[in-house]
Amino acid sequence: MAEVTWDHVTKQFDDVTAVQDLTLTAADGEFLILVGPSGCGKTTALRMVAGLEQVTSGTIRIGDRVVNHVTPRDRDIAMVFQNYALYPHMSVYKNLAFGLKERKTPKVEIERRVREVGETLGLTDLMKRRPAQLSGGQRQRVAMGRALVREPVAFLMDEPLSNLDAKLRVQMRAELKRLHQSLGVTTVYVTHDQVEAMTLGDRIVVMANGKVQQIGRPQDVYRAPANLFVAGFIGSPPMNLVRASVTDGQIQAGTMRIPAPAGATGEVALGFRPEDLELVEEGSSFQLAVEVVEPLGHQVVVHGTTEGTLVDSGAQEEEIPIPLDGARTPVTAVFPPDREPVPGASLRVTVPPERAHIFDLRTGEAIRP
Amino acid sequence: MFSGWHLVLLPIALVMLVPLVWMVVTSLQTLNETRHYPPTLLPSSPQFKNYTDVLRDTPFDRWFINTLVVTLASVVGNLIFCSMAGYAFARIKFFGRGFVFLLILATLMIPFQVTIIPSFLIVRKLGMIDTLGALIVPNLVGAFGIFMLRQFFLSLPIELEEAARIDGASRLGVLTKIVLPLSGPALATLAVITFLWTWNDFLWPLVTIYSPQNMTLQLGLATFQGAHQTSTNLLMAANVMTVMPVLIIFFLAQRYFIRGIATTGLKG
Repeated sequence: MAEVTWDHVTKQFDDVTAVQDLTLTAADGEFLILVGPSGCGKTTALRMVAGLEQVTSGTIRIGDRVVNHVTPRDRDIAMVFQNYALYPHMSVYKNLAFGLKERKTPKVEIERRVREVGETLGLTDLMKRRPAQLSGGQRQRVAMGRALVREPVAFLMDEPLSNLDAKLRVQMRAELKRLHQSLGVTTVYVTHDQVEAMTLGDRIVVMANGKVQQIGRPQDVYRAPANLFVAGFIGSPPMNLVRASVTDGQIQAGTMRIPAPAGATGEVALGFRPEDLELVEEGSSFQLAVEVVEPLGHQVVVHGTTEGTLVDSGAQEEEIPIPLDGARTPVTAVFPPDREPVPGASLRVTVPPERAHIFDLRTGEAIRP
Repeated sequence: MFSGWHLVLLPIALVMLVPLVWMVVTSLQTLNETRHYPPTLLPSSPQFKNYTDVLRDTPFDRWFINTLVVTLASVVGNLIFCSMAGYAFARIKFFGRGFVFLLILATLMIPFQVTIIPSFLIVRKLGMIDTLGALIVPNLVGAFGIFMLRQFFLSLPIELEEAARIDGASRLGVLTKIVLPLSGPALATLAVITFLWTWNDFLWPLVTIYSPQNMTLQLGLATFQGAHQTSTNLLMAANVMTVMPVLIIFFLAQRYFIRGIATTGLKG
């Protein structure tokens, strides 16, 4: 078991900077998540630890050892790939045993460890099968098993659950967390799925364009996003972001006024999470014109519009064009299940000042009181 | 099952079969029958003794063994060296890789007739003239095999190799334990192509071999054709015996042969 450290690591592919000056430590036994949209450099950061990519500058350490020029086999790490990368011509048993065999582990020891891991992951009856004869979930477990059986100092996982269907993914997520809790091995986990990031990580690292946007415990990142990007990326449905102006210590967004934190001046972005919107009868508030209602059972998601201008966080991978006349902005709200407005209704809602997030429009950084 | 295409293909197949059938028929005729005009299509009494005559009068068994040795050595050599070179060009990054690969490809465009004299000089320097080594050594590796296997290796998912490297395999281990076991169709294709090519090669053995005991089958066949007289029936009997292994190999491996040519790049 060991720490994994990136120390001012930069990776350049021709004229693209995939990772820029990354400094980060996954503590011993930590479950660290690298999360971000595709192309943000998270996978490259992981592959550099595995030794599958060379760093352009900076150092990578596993434990106390600088591993920049150590071959993948001598780094004593195990990796789980997105497409599992099971050896198609080998049985499950041989897939699991391959890494041990390559390391000249005694045969008795190989058999014992493969059997143990097989029992842990419920693979005992599948040992003779080839990967092609396994279901997606079974393949995923074999891929996990191949990493476990090696008993490495750290696990590297590159979107290991993204090829599973939604139901299986939730199951495997819990399974992964249980495994990590019982083994306590340092794990670096790459995902673009922010739900996975939130549920699995001891800490999450939000990345965009090769740079770290924020590092923190999932709840902290959720409660206090450091900038517009993180605000738009973490949370589902994402945070609403509208343009607002500060005058006389008050933030004015449409018809709503809330107290401004010190340091906020001029034009700002006002962010509020869908679940933080409250229905009110009167007072500082704005009108939400309901367009689409999605009852989910435990909550109701309401998509509507209000007066104002949308602020782009840059975190949405695909822009969904919403037909709007210039003066309106989309707003998503989440209400308890007993409230089910009808499309076409107009709701009076407000944002509790302590739940409002204010961002500098120019730098995108959060302005905190 | 039976489609319109068969109406086209069937006559073509017949045309292709005629020389083969005629060869077998001639090999069973007497010398006089072979000269008959119009040709007789069926031998009056099959002369199986033509075959024993060939085996008795010429070192046919020796030629057969020579050819077998040369062919098998070439096939094994190509499989080993082309896969190593092909893998290096597919996966190992080194200075000048693209350029060197282009050079190797370029050699495919140079006709053999152009390189035959320099090749001869090299083989002579190596002291291999009139030995089987002259036939084996220059054929141990070929540009075509390197190219074909490289293309195939490129089509294999690279994560398999990365996983194996992390699991602790060396480069050679990745090649022998992961890549080659997944390359069956490509390797089989290369083996069959090399086999056919080497088995049938005539010009290069003609240049480098002159002792009868070192000849290959194709050279041996040529010795049946004298300046004044050719025993066509014996020649054809020898031909049948020469072609037989090729036909057998082809029937056994045609699946790979055709698949390999049609889809070099098929996933394993």
